[in-house]
Amino acid sequence: MDILIVGLSHKTAPVAVREKIAFEGETMGDGLKTLLEYPHIAEALIVSTCNRVEIYGTAVRKEVEGAREDIASFLSTFHDVSRRDIDPHLYSLSGDEAVKHIFRVTASLDSMMVGEPQILGQVKDAYTCAAQAQATGNILNRLLHKAFSVAKRIRTETRIATSAVSISFAAVELARKIFGELDGKTVMLIGAGEMAELAARHLLNNGVEHIIVANRTYDRAVSLAEEFGGSAIHFDDLEQQMELADIVISSTGAPTTIIGKKMVQGVIKRRRHRPMFFIDIAVPRDIEAAVNEVENVYAYDIDDLEGVVQANIKAREKEAAKAEEIVHQEVAQFRDWMSTREAFPTIVKLREWAEDIRKSELEKTLRKLNGLEDADRKRIEAMTEAILNKILHRPIAQVKRASHSKRGGGDLVEIMRKLFELDD
Amino acid sequence: MDLAFFSGALLFLFLATLHYLLYLVYQNPVVPRVARYALYLAFVCQTLFFSTRLVKGGMPFGTNMYESLVFFSWCIVLSYLLVTVRYRVPVIGAFVMPIALILSTAAAFLPQKGIEDIPPALKSYWLPIHVTLCFMGDALFAMAFGAAIMYLIQEKNLKRKKPGALYYSLPSLEVLDTVSYRALTIGFPFLTLGIITGSIWAQYAWGSYWQWDPKETWSLITWLIYAALLHARLTVGWRGRKAAWFAIVGFLAVLFTFLGVNLILSGLHSYN
Repeated sequence: MDILIVGLSHKTAPVAVREKIAFEGETMGDGLKTLLEYPHIAEALIVSTCNRVEIYGTAVRKEVEGAREDIASFLSTFHDVSRRDIDPHLYSLSGDEAVKHIFRVTASLDSMMVGEPQILGQVKDAYTCAAQAQATGNILNRLLHKAFSVAKRIRTETRIATSAVSISFAAVELARKIFGELDGKTVMLIGAGEMAELAARHLLNNGVEHIIVANRTYDRAVSLAEEFGGSAIHFDDLEQQMELADIVISSTGAPTTIIGKKMVQGVIKRRRHRPMFFIDIAVPRDIEAAVNEVENVYAYDIDDLEGVVQANIKAREKEAAKAEEIVHQEVAQFRDWMSTREAFPTIVKLREWAEDIRKSELEKTLRKLNGLEDADRKRIEAMTEAILNKILHRPIAQVKRASHSKRGGGDLVEIMRKLFELDD
Repeated sequence: MDLAFFSGALLFLFLATLHYLLYLVYQNPVVPRVARYALYLAFVCQTLFFSTRLVKGGMPFGTNMYESLVFFSWCIVLSYLLVTVRYRVPVIGAFVMPIALILSTAAAFLPQKGIEDIPPALKSYWLPIHVTLCFMGDALFAMAFGAAIMYLIQEKNLKRKKPGALYYSLPSLEVLDTVSYRALTIGFPFLTLGIITGSIWAQYAWGSYWQWDPKETWSLITWLIYAALLHARLTVGWRGRKAAWFAIVGFLAVLFTFLGVNLILSGLHSYN
């Protein structure tokens, strides 16, 4: 029995191809059922997201080639697309490579945006669906559970998913680095605009409690404030009201800056130096660059935020290297499990066979010996056990050791079965 | 026996410090847990160190440089453990524990490790009270110092707008400023009481409350620095960078009062 993957992803196929062979909730069950009817497929699972369609399976009697062919032709017939259209985009992996791929996909190392959190849920859903359809067995069950725990391990042991990779989230994260918890904080939104509103919304979702909206047209401010559940102010009151705000997001169409260093110095004094965070999303800018020089004030414009996002992406890539190391270890562990799994039944059989011989011979001998003390009887019994264990120890240890090695213990297991005639 | 406990404390303190520093680089949640358990063990060893010395006879702390260094280190570990119950930011350990480790290591290199006989004039219950209050105050100032350094690093990251070294590992400015402030507000009464009890004890022992001996003078300077900082925080709302620099200067004064005075100047407080 061997694990294999056949599929395509954003790395090998354009969306025009991906959408042709995608599965949805309803077609998934049918797909799994149809797939299992193919001769070489023992277990199967379908992962279908907007970035990838992949089929994880195990092959009957190690016939990986046959299983691979089965899956490819299943994809083509089930979705009614010609092999010529999909074959150039399909990749297939087996054994360790397949295990590694599944771990990497689940841990979001293979994602378009490395570290994005959705993929784990998507794989979990795919697994639930396959398990319900009874398409998975021992190996895939074990493999997928392992993949989930590897993903979790990577999430806790590396910072792969902790830093923001969009401008509006970067703003939230910076606010957190300045204020800690955002509970009870106030944000002031000056002007309007998609990105500014998005940033304000993210802040509100992350604990910010009050929002003050200012706009050149007061009516616009009122309607926006209503939308956010905040309060509107007149544009002329801006400077006076600013001391209430911990975070200021500005996005007006003004041709020159509207917030200057002097103004902020006055505001921060009235606030008794409690920190302020200015986010300037407008182009041309609303906030003087020099505002950032004021003590306890942090002013970011759109380029600064973009710079932070770029740095975060770099940091994520660095963390990804640590994650790959974890994947590497876990693949090795899984390989051990797979090989022991092969060797285990043979070892058990050998033990049983030897134990049967020991018991029957012991009985024969004891029947012939008369007048034995109970203690002597026990001693003889212990001796036969010791002889047996000592003789069996070496071959069993060898098989175990071989099965943990890179090549696996398949050959030795085979020899052992032949030597001791363990096959029924 | 006491020396064995000292070696144990040193070893565990080293392990704890190492893991706190590692935590700056590796986010693995096991790392700070290992650090914390090592720190518990270090604390137990240090406590046993003083207990065995107490049983052997005499005042176990503050009679010579060796004991003072170990005791200061014990106070730092204790105040770290207490502060992190309230503020769960193990990263602070990376900036405070090295201080405790350096103090203990320095102690290991001192030739005099025995229990000293103190002059009969100084034998008094005021000794442990005075020494404990002073060192607990100093230990809390060490916490404030560590948090202040972290604040300056993180604030620089945010001002430069480039997430540089440690940006991801360090907590928020708010937390760092609060920890520094809290440590200060608890440490300051300790130092104040330490100076007061010292002067009462001086009255008993030498017949004078205050003699302007270098240790006394420098303690007063330290006290004035922290008093000024607390005053500015309370009245004008000082915080952030300025307050952080002040906390650092204050701790340098603490170190000078503790070590500099003994090594460079001489007076009633210097050990033989």
